[in-house]
Amino acid sequence: MMTGRSLRLWQVGLLLVLLGAWHLASRDQRLAFFLGEPIQVAGRVWSWFMPFGFGASALFPDGLPGRADIYRHLGTTLLETVLAFGIGTGLGLVCGLWLALAPLASLLLDPYIKAANSMPRVILAPIFALWFGLGIWSKVALAVTLVFFVVFFNVYQGVKEVSPVVLANARMLGANRKQLLRTVYLPSATSWVFSSLHTSVGLAFVGAVVGEYLGSARGVGYLILQAEGTFDVNTVFAGIVVLTVFALLLDGAVSQVERRLMKWQPRGGETEKL
Amino acid sequence: MPDHALEFLGISCTFKSKEGAGQGRYTAVADTTLHVGAGEFVSVVGPTGCGKSTLLNIAAGLLAPSGGEIRVFGQPLTGINRRAGYMFQAEALMPWRSALANVMAGLEYRGVPDNQARQQALGWLARVGLEAFAGRYPHELSGGMRKRAALAQVLALDPDIILMDEPFSALDIQTRQLMENELLALWAARKKAVLFITHDLDEAIALSDRVVVLSAGPGTHPIGEFSVDLPRPRDVAEVRAHPRFVALHTQIWAVLRDEVLKGYAQQLQKKVA
Repeated sequence: MMTGRSLRLWQVGLLLVLLGAWHLASRDQRLAFFLGEPIQVAGRVWSWFMPFGFGASALFPDGLPGRADIYRHLGTTLLETVLAFGIGTGLGLVCGLWLALAPLASLLLDPYIKAANSMPRVILAPIFALWFGLGIWSKVALAVTLVFFVVFFNVYQGVKEVSPVVLANARMLGANRKQLLRTVYLPSATSWVFSSLHTSVGLAFVGAVVGEYLGSARGVGYLILQAEGTFDVNTVFAGIVVLTVFALLLDGAVSQVERRLMKWQPRGGETEKL
Repeated sequence: MPDHALEFLGISCTFKSKEGAGQGRYTAVADTTLHVGAGEFVSVVGPTGCGKSTLLNIAAGLLAPSGGEIRVFGQPLTGINRRAGYMFQAEALMPWRSALANVMAGLEYRGVPDNQARQQALGWLARVGLEAFAGRYPHELSGGMRKRAALAQVLALDPDIILMDEPFSALDIQTRQLMENELLALWAARKKAVLFITHDLDEAIALSDRVVVLSAGPGTHPIGEFSVDLPRPRDVAEVRAHPRFVALHTQIWAVLRDEVLKGYAQQLQKKVA
């Protein structure tokens, strides 16, 4: 049985093995053209983030400049992601609550919602570019369409699956419609929202980066597009690494908030305190 | 003031079958007339699946009867029964609220100021022996404690009628007897009208002033009424040895047994079909 600490060691070990294998494979120049080289990728990340560099060395024959020039791009991408995440979640929550509590509207709109959800929404990017221009808002709009449906369906489901006994009990205790919404439907839907937020953080990133990739003047997606145009595979990989790390950070932030707000939920493995 | 807290007058309740192709409808309750006096403890026993909960939901106003009328202190009932508290068989506490916040819920809905509601809720938690667990969430409480919290939640609103749907059926026998004794003590102090649904005849006799026996479904209706003339205060464990208890048990069981067998046979048939 692995303890938490030795498990972590094994995880790091696996990463090192994979990086080592990548490094060995990239010794072959033809392969390196397609795979990139881990050391060069790390150098690119350094140049992006650090304001100082090094001279020529064995690892970097051309020297390692410290340009610290990613912040403008990264800031743009993160701003788009966070905006899309916030707007998409808010809209999804409101629409999910409304449709779940208004059976007539939900019956009327049902086929349209199904259609909108099954549509490959990435194809909306050109239309959003036309409507909102090449600035951040076309990317936000694209990412919102991705986030919205995940949250919306979860809230809808969450409200539909409120325990009928808890609901009847609240009604017997004298709750009116508004009080039911605030004290029963909303808290019950919240647990469903949180389970969807982890998915939607990732999707918000996808929307932002794909939007940038399809037409923009800044952002990490734009950097990746530029690098691809010059067959600079190392920069493409560096972009992927940076995006992955920040997606993990955002996901961690969601987990933190979740842990604080959802402390009423039993956790797996927790013993019952009497 | 009329002497009946709760009256069922010729109540019937028919459900539409969900499978449209099936028999179409199912009559759960037929022509039931029943009354609960103010301050009276009435138990209703019957075979499983006979529509006991349906009766209670009708009395609570959660379900509208297909025919007949419910009167609450002489007034016809429309909508939710505001003078009744309902203790459910299943878990009814809000899992996202602590025990205290759960007990406060009803007071909050009535617009009682927050600190006042808190004081009252704490008082009720103390009365059911949970003052040390006010901050715990339902999943951190044991089954018996959750039932206590649910009881406090209902009693905090000081209802004139208390409807109880097999509230202790999920508890082990010792906890159950403890809870039954506490319920009797609380009831004796306030003398509310109680309509108590159970399938356990021992429990019904030990607690009640009157036991009503229901027939097996479909079309459940009362087929017998027995006054329980055991002395109070009672201890639910000790009263079982009382000769009068044994006599009553034999008498009621003679009526109930046929219905239980009928109900069981129907269930078997349903499974085969």
